[in-house]
Amino acid sequence: MTPRRFLATLGPGLLWLAIFLIVPSVIMLGYSFLTRTDLAQVGAPWTLENWQRVFGYDALFRQWVPDNLRVLWRSLWLAALSTLLCVLMGYPLAFYIAHQEARRKNLLLLLLIIPFWTNFLIRVYAWILILRPFGLVPSTAATFLGMVYAFLPFFVLPVYSSVEKLDWRLLEAAEDLGATPARAFMTGVFPQTLPGLVAGILLTFIPALGMFVVSDILGGAKTALIGNLIQNQFGQAGDWPYGSALSFLLMGVVLLGLWLYARFAGEKGLEELL
Amino acid sequence: MERGTHRPELTAARHRLYYNALHVEDFAGKFKREDRRITGPSHSVVFKGKRVRELSADAAVSVVDVFKAYRNAGGQETPVLRDIDLDIRKGEFFSLLGPSGCGKTTLLRILAGFEQADSGAVVIGGRDMTGIPAHRRPVNTVFQSYALFPHLSVADNVAFGLKQKGIRGQDLKNRVARAIETVQIGDFGNRKPDQLSGGQRQRVALARAIVNEPEVLLLDEPLSALDLKLRKQLQVELANLQETLGITFIFVTHDQEEALVMSDRIAVMNRGRIEQLGRAEDLYERPRTAFVANFLGSSNLIPGRIREVTPEGALVQTDFGPLRTTQHAGLMPGQEVTLSIRPEKLRMERDDETEGNEVRARVDDIVYTGAENQYLLEAHGQRLVAFQLNADIGADEDFDYDEEVALYLPPASLVVLEEG
Amino acid sequence: MNRRTHPALTVWAWLTYAFLYLPILVLIVFSFNESKFGANWTGFTTHWYSVLFARQDVREAVSHTLEVAVLSTLVSTVLGTLVGFGLWRGGFRGRVPLTFLLVMPIVIPDVVMGVMLLMFYAIVRGLLERTGWTFENGFWTVMLAHVSFQISYVALTVRSRLAGYGRELEEAAADLGATPVQSFLQVVLPLALPGVLGGALLAFTLSLDDFVVTYFTSGSGFRTLPVLIYTAVKKGVTPDINALSTLLVLFTVVMIVLANLLSRPRKEQV
Repeated sequence: MTPRRFLATLGPGLLWLAIFLIVPSVIMLGYSFLTRTDLAQVGAPWTLENWQRVFGYDALFRQWVPDNLRVLWRSLWLAALSTLLCVLMGYPLAFYIAHQEARRKNLLLLLLIIPFWTNFLIRVYAWILILRPFGLVPSTAATFLGMVYAFLPFFVLPVYSSVEKLDWRLLEAAEDLGATPARAFMTGVFPQTLPGLVAGILLTFIPALGMFVVSDILGGAKTALIGNLIQNQFGQAGDWPYGSALSFLLMGVVLLGLWLYARFAGEKGLEELL
Repeated sequence: MERGTHRPELTAARHRLYYNALHVEDFAGKFKREDRRITGPSHSVVFKGKRVRELSADAAVSVVDVFKAYRNAGGQETPVLRDIDLDIRKGEFFSLLGPSGCGKTTLLRILAGFEQADSGAVVIGGRDMTGIPAHRRPVNTVFQSYALFPHLSVADNVAFGLKQKGIRGQDLKNRVARAIETVQIGDFGNRKPDQLSGGQRQRVALARAIVNEPEVLLLDEPLSALDLKLRKQLQVELANLQETLGITFIFVTHDQEEALVMSDRIAVMNRGRIEQLGRAEDLYERPRTAFVANFLGSSNLIPGRIREVTPEGALVQTDFGPLRTTQHAGLMPGQEVTLSIRPEKLRMERDDETEGNEVRARVDDIVYTGAENQYLLEAHGQRLVAFQLNADIGADEDFDYDEEVALYLPPASLVVLEEG
Repeated sequence: MNRRTHPALTVWAWLTYAFLYLPILVLIVFSFNESKFGANWTGFTTHWYSVLFARQDVREAVSHTLEVAVLSTLVSTVLGTLVGFGLWRGGFRGRVPLTFLLVMPIVIPDVVMGVMLLMFYAIVRGLLERTGWTFENGFWTVMLAHVSFQISYVALTVRSRLAGYGRELEEAAADLGATPVQSFLQVVLPLALPGVLGGALLAFTLSLDDFVVTYFTSGSGFRTLPVLIYTAVKKGVTPDINALSTLLVLFTVVMIVLANLLSRPRKEQV
């Protein structure tokens, strides 16, 4: 492609992303090495203190403060646990939908897409109505339930598209060669759904990791996740440098995961994430 | 490569380009060029073909020293076209024949303007095409995949090129209708491409190209997606259409039979080079290299050394003993050569009378293909193949497994190949 | 596919669907509940809907949401379509980093994208103030932020739509005398149109739906519906928010059914 055509087609969009994505990332990285001078104010000198705080060392009092690490840890396992539950609920569901005849299948898909498109806040809010009478709001369990609920459709849809493309003859071939049904499934079917499964897990785990709305609404102070910590730095605490370091860490973890996935699945896999 | 033979017919532009090329090139390059001219065509034998037409003296397309290489990610260069140099005459049906990866399609795409040569030039209708984009070239292409616009009806597909030229109204309608009639898909004007069969799509692709009355029509393996029967039918139709329209056709194919049936001339390509260029009969009867001998049909190759050269021919010492050929031009005693002979030209005999040019052989295997019997023979540890027409397979002309036979190699059918 | 479905699988599937729809149904039911507080059903009423319609801030938020969604969708559809087209054409180096850049806005957590843009706008404001100009976070900052994540979705939708077509279609157009612009308008765009519309619909919905990025980039004076709902929820449950949510769910269902009907392949009329 000639440079002129490249500029005419990809140019404007890439320029936009450079301005509104790359430049802000660089600013954020820079801020994470600066000092909080006042509420939401940033200035000299350059420092590593924010990063030390992210990893649990308080430079001011010269001691380890495990609280922050606990938040990071909680974010990780809550995201992992929500993802796991999504897999347990959603993976069989994808097979169930794929097994139906065309009309029924379309209806079931539609019923999956409606919550997918329904406003996220509303879906989380609805759980307050259900759980509050039982005194479960705020609680970690409510946060967990809310996360699974919020991400289940995001998990099922990519898995379904993988199951839909399944070549069932491999299952028959495995059975024909004398494999038990369970073994036939593991060798003939499961590997074929792997791309969808990986995509579904990423689409659940990554947003769950950065989530702050669910924990904010259903979880309360005890269930603070890294997302809440970040939100707080840019809200009441007004500590932008510390918030930048936390955000950059979160972004780094996600992009690293994405990069590993891209190496494993290639450019095609990157696109199939959608 | 038939160099030199049509030098005098060069157009003015070609002259200019050639002149420039000569004076820019270094001396080594120049000498290389002179060499090639001297050792040009060596075959003066003219065979009678089924469709020998007088070729125009004017070049429709001249390809001058075109070189093209692809770079891979590591920056390594792989040449796909090496110094391609050829003239295609006005109104000619010209084929580029070769295996996949030989560069034939790349050459066609350079003519169409989809790709640029790294060096060298392309002249179409007397105009240098360097820097002229595909949409301003006086050529049209029939794509291997047809590349019909799926959102347009057949008629709109055919009208596409004329509309770009600003032709509208009744004139447009008439010309589209005529083109659709020409390729016999008159009833399908309102259909979309996905409602057509492969053969019908092929016809639409053809109509869409010829309606623009291009100076040159480029065809990139247009029949390769069709089944054998349809392919044979369309071969004939294409050849007839070309004759009626008088447009220069450049036809890319890997199917030797297709090329032999339809073309006025064929360029056999291999690894980015033109191995041999000529009429179908020239190529088949007088292959110049082992590659051509085996890509067009099959051949028995026999290595040997020239013992003597006389005005009547040459005597070649081989593992089978001395073999006589009628060829002599450019040959010198002591030269290492390879002889080539077509399997159907070997004559299998039972008698032991020795007339010379005979090889004793044993029948190793027999393959019955319907129209002929193919005998795999073993002679002095070497494998030879002989074909025998079904009509000749009678009670006493039939040979058995392990039978000892005498093979007669007619001197006129033994071709001396160029080394390399 | 006529493969057997295990009864347990069926039960599991229906339970999962129940899980998905229970909260939505509760929400709808409660929007018609007379009781202002708590979980008791005290009688049917449409009172909360009239309360909702009377609220000036809700009406303002609705129009803000729509304004942002319409403009950002227009901008991102144009830019994203061009990018998707360029990706499809290919013929340049660095496809993988480019795809990576495009996927970034999709995978970066919303909260990171939000605070990143918050700081970016603060810096730009600081730079502009030296020249005597200034701006408040509001419609424009939100709109620009939305375009930044919408572009990717449009580009990848358009690209995957075009992926089924060979690039020789463009060559064929050029071969028949079409300039690059003519070829884009007459061949590529008509083929990409379903993808362009699908991408636009996706972008529009994402903008309507977005809370996090809007929350960080909107400033105090400019509220969209999700921001308004968040503020209300933080204050405590009020029945008119149930009514608003019910209407939004209804709106979503109508949109999806419409999109589904429009995108259904037209069958031959017999």
